[in-house]
Order: sequence, then C-alpha cells, then structure tokens
Amino acid sequence: MTPFISAHGAAVPLLEDDINTDQVAPVQEARSLKPDYRLLLFKRQARSAYGVENPDWVLNKPQFKDRAILVAGRNFGCGSSREAAVWSMQANGITCIIARSFAEIYRENCLQNGVLPVVLAPDQQRAFEQRVIAVNGAGPFTVDLRTQTISGPGGPDLSFDIPASDRTRLLEGLDDIGLTLKHDADIAAWEKRIAASQPWLQTAADSRGPTI
Amino acid sequence: MGKTLFDKIWDNHRVGQRADGRDLIYMDRHIVHDLHGPHAYEQLEKGGRGVRRPDLTFSALDHTVSTQPGRDDTTNPEGTAFLRAMREVSRKHGVKIFDLGDRDQGISHVIAPELGMVLPGATHAVPDSHACTVGGLGALAYGVGTTELTHILATQVLPLHRPKGMRVTLDGALKPHVTAKDVALRVLAEIGVEGGSGYVIEYAGPVIDAMPIEGRLTLCNLIIEMGSRTGLVAPDEKTFAWIKGRPWAPQGASWDQAMAQWRDLFTDADAVFDKEIRIDCTDLEPQITWGTDPSQVVGISDRVPDPGDAAAAQRSALTKALDYMGLAPGAQLAGTPVNRVFIGSCTNSRMPDLEAAAKIVKGRRVADGVVAMVVAGSSIVKRQAEAAGLDKVFRDAGFFWGESGCSMCAGSNGDKGQPGERCVSTTNRNFEHRQGRFVRTHLVSPETAAATAIAGRIADVRSMTEAGR
Ligand code: SF4
Repeated sequence: MTPFISAHGAAVPLLEDDINTDQVAPVQEARSLKPDYRLLLFKRQARSAYGVENPDWVLNKPQFKDRAILVAGRNFGCGSSREAAVWSMQANGITCIIARSFAEIYRENCLQNGVLPVVLAPDQQRAFEQRVIAVNGAGPFTVDLRTQTISGPGGPDLSFDIPASDRTRLLEGLDDIGLTLKHDADIAAWEKRIAASQPWLQTAADSRGPTI
Repeated sequence: MGKTLFDKIWDNHRVGQRADGRDLIYMDRHIVHDLHGPHAYEQLEKGGRGVRRPDLTFSALDHTVSTQPGRDDTTNPEGTAFLRAMREVSRKHGVKIFDLGDRDQGISHVIAPELGMVLPGATHAVPDSHACTVGGLGALAYGVGTTELTHILATQVLPLHRPKGMRVTLDGALKPHVTAKDVALRVLAEIGVEGGSGYVIEYAGPVIDAMPIEGRLTLCNLIIEMGSRTGLVAPDEKTFAWIKGRPWAPQGASWDQAMAQWRDLFTDADAVFDKEIRIDCTDLEPQITWGTDPSQVVGISDRVPDPGDAAAAQRSALTKALDYMGLAPGAQLAGTPVNRVFIGSCTNSRMPDLEAAAKIVKGRRVADGVVAMVVAGSSIVKRQAEAAGLDKVFRDAGFFWGESGCSMCAGSNGDKGQPGERCVSTTNRNFEHRQGRFVRTHLVSPETAAATAIAGRIADVRSMTEAGR
C-alpha cells in the first residue's frame, strides 16, 4: 500500500450528511471490470446522462482543480461496501477526507488504500467547514499525518486525533496481509484445535454429494 | 459478568491479536460474488498469494446475472466479463462456484442459509454489505470491501476492532399483515441510519421469539442500514429445526455434537450491553419509506412529513428527499399511483415472502400500466415456488417471473426502471437512482408490494384481504 504522509491541495466542501457509496461511485453507470475511476466519482452529479460536464458541480469548479481534501458531513460513505468509492477519490486526487463521521466499512476501505479519514471535534469541525467554504479553493490546505495537523489559509493550524495503530499503518504503508501473516502459526493452531473440537466449522461438504 | 451471544462467538473465533490492537477473527465460510470477486482475485494474484482455504471459500453469481428465462453469460452483456472472470478464478483456485444453471444458484445471502452453509455460532464474510442477513440464524457475519476480501482469501481471518454491544428488544406481538420487514423499517426509523454505528446489534424479545426464521433473516438484512456492520438473533429450537437436514449442515453424529455446543449460544442473563433499546410493536401497521434513505419511514396510513414542521437543521434534507420523490409536503402516500413493483432481493425473496405475496395476488390482475416483477432469491426457492404453483399465480396476474438473482435491488444486471418512475420494492435501499436514473423507490413488505401492484397505487394490504373482498 502507498503510505500516506500528507495531503496538500484545495479542500472541497461537500457538506451533506449521509452521502452513500451509490452516490460516490455509481458503478451501475459504468459497468466494466476496469471502469475509469476518474470519471466514476459522483458521476451522476458530475455529468449529464449524455456525458456533458455539469459546471455547477463542486468538483468541476476550476478553483478545486488542484484538490487533495474533501470536507464532508455525517455518516459519509454509508451504503454498499464497494471499494470503488475510495478508488474513485484517489483517481481524482483526493487522499484525505475530513468528515463529521464515517460509515464503518467506508472508513476501513480508506485505511486499506492509504486514504486518510479525519474526524475533528464537533466545534472544531463546524469552524473548519466555515473556513473551507470561505476560502473557496483560493489556497491549498495541508494535512500532515506526522504532526497530526491541518494548516492553510483563513485560520490557525488545527490538530486532530487518530488511533495510533491507524496512524502507523498509513504512515508506513504497511501491507495489511503481511501484518496478519505474522500470526500464521496462530491461525494454523486455531484451525487444528477447532477441527478437533468443532469439526463442522472446519469442514464444508455437500451431503448430497457432487452436483448431479 | 456474563457474556453476550456476540462475545461467545467472537471469543471462540479469536485467533490472536495483532500489535495494532486488532483481533484476528477467523471466517468459517466466505462467499465471494461476481461484482467484487474479480478485483479481489486480481489483487491476490498481484501480491503473489493464493487462497488459504479454498474448501471454505465459495463463488456465487448473483449481482450481474440476467433474470430472463433461458439466460446465459451474454443475456446481460454488461455482466458477461464479470461472470466469466468469476468462473475462471474459481477454477484456477479450486473454489466451488454456484454457476448459472447450477441447482443451487442464487443470491449469496439466500443460498448460504438455505443450503445450511452458515450455521449458528459460525462466522461468515461476503463482499456485500448485507452479509448481516444470516445473523438471523445466530451467525456472526461481516460485509467487507475488496481489500478485506483479498485479506480473507489469503489468510481466512479478518482483523477487526471489537465493537460495542446494543440490544434491541421488540415487545408485543405483530398484527396480521405486519411482517418482519415492517418491523425492520420501524426500527430504522427509530434508530436512524447512523445510530447503530460502532455497535453489533442483538435482536431479542417476544416479537423475535414468535418470528419465523425467514423473518429473522429479513430483519437482520437491514441492520447495515442503521450503520451497524453486523448483528444477530440468538438461535432457538426453531432455528435448529430449520437447519437440520439442510445439505451443507452437519449430519448424523456431527449434528449431535454441534447441537450440544449450539445450546450455549445465548446471551447470559447477567451480560451487559453498552446500549439497550426497547420498541413496542403492538400497534405497528405496515410501514413504507417515503424518502431517499431507509430511515425515512411512515406507517401506511400516515402522511409524509412537512419540512415546515421540522427542526431547521433537517428542513433542507427533507425538502430535497421530497423533491426527488415527487411528493408534496404532508402528502398521503396510500393512493399514490405507481409504475413498477418489484418483489425480490436478499431482503424478501424467500418462500414465505412469495407465499404471502401470492395470497394477495391470487385471482386478481396487476393494474394496467404497472410493470410488476417477482424474482426468487435462489434457484431452489424458484423451484419450490413453481412446485407450489406460485409462479402460475403471479404470471396469470401479469407479473414477470424471473430467474434468481439480485435483479432490481441495485440494477446491476440491467433490470431497472425508467426516469421518473415510482417503484414499490421489497428491497433494502431507496437511495436516489439505485433502481435506475431518477427512479423513486419505496421500500415495503412483499404483501404491501403485492397489494400495490394490484391496485396500481400504494395500497394498504389490510384493505385487500379476505374480509375486504
Ligand atoms: S439483493 Fe441487493 S443487497 Fe442483496 S446481495 Fe444483491 S445487490 Fe446486495
């Protein structure tokens, strides 16, 4: 996984609550094993059914061309578990999302891909949202995970919290499967123990025999 | 202090703890579907890794399959690449696939319980957020993203933080024509789309005790819509009787051994939950969503909200939802004309769902101009329904009777509505555009859907039953 050290670029305000992954990445609109994730992001808002760019859509506005940060509302990324909803952010240069809160699967999918999910304290978040709206893409913000700070135009530096383990994982770009495989012996021991005590969990077979 | 049912299953499956504080939870059964599987296998191969337990891993074709009779890989051209890729990786890695034409093909969350693949006290993972469905059997299930899916393929475990516990106790008894779906929608209205975040939910109480297993599966299906990754119901005698003899369930001596341990699968009397919620279901009527998230729910005889009466902070969201849905503030939903009715999906496509709908439909006709579909959740359900003559009831009434799959739930297979259409659906998400661009979705029970198809308008099923004929 690519490490996340910092994000530097325009902060895009998208302050609705409960934005779901059907909205973020409407895969129904681009059915392909290898869709263009850049075009997939908020496709229905970004373009008309005929592919014409919607100039009013916040991500299409020129001042947000060099974006790196999305500022969102409550329960961001609820709905389906599709990871395309993170990949399409990355394909559009967004590597940090600052939200009032995240849906669980979406937050996990961010961590899995080196995208930093940040939740600020409620008062801080509201002030930051106002600041981002006021700045309106006029200057870049920097979110630095090493120092756990957000800096940029229109106000003082802010600090944010993140669980230490998530921070390490992002900073070091750790291979998550590798971390788990350090416990390979534990997995094998568990399998052996359960095969003896709860054999129905360790074997799966069709009692009717193979498909007729 | 006693343990909750969740604690017991978690502790039994806890393989170890990583340095980052995550518990490694072993996944007993892992079903991968066509929409996300191909990407995960590609990631796996890129990492130079193989499938650790192909014998505990399965492939289901459900999301992109056509529902047309006589279907094959190419009937839905957008699905062809997905179906072929799944077949290819399954063969290559020695994973059993429930392919098109297989006697057991169907939606993963429908076939896993009906085949007896998921079991009480077992863990289960699927790369679809509605994996929580099988919690209805007392299994602990996780819907996962693609990278997590790759993780399970390679290691058979999932690194997780232990969630908090919430018990939702449902008191009272349900009136006729009020179903598990109506309960699920009511609970969503009470808890909201984020209220369950960070919790595992255990459903309990007299309503659960009286509820058939298929109802419990429906109820648990909608747990993710509250923001909870998973939840469950303690298995009881009804559960055990339901599973016994299913083809992939333990048989003979192994069954007896399993039963002896399954009897411990309950929450101890002195266990403590982080949060307790009680809901009295005595006066519950059939429920329906009016908006664009599944917690925007009213009783069938109620009116939709008026943003003018709402708190200032909610006004714009309510107005936006009403605009999308083409509804006036304070409008009466019952009586609103509809264009489409869909009965199916992992929420409501099992035999009792189809039976209940067929009872309403029998001897009647779908209203002119309404497109109505029934899609069984699995090939087994479809055959059972045909053996019982339900397909004839639906077809005679003018319903389309399809081959099993996800169909209009997410439109991933091309089954979708036209812009502006109002669709009454037994699925689980009423998000904007989910069932087609600008389609307006109302979530309901199979009975309400059936009654609506006949009336051509959103209908209160209670006005259409025996007494009302
Ligand atoms: S029916 Fe819908 S929710 Fe269920 S598995 Fe299929 S797409 Fe997912």
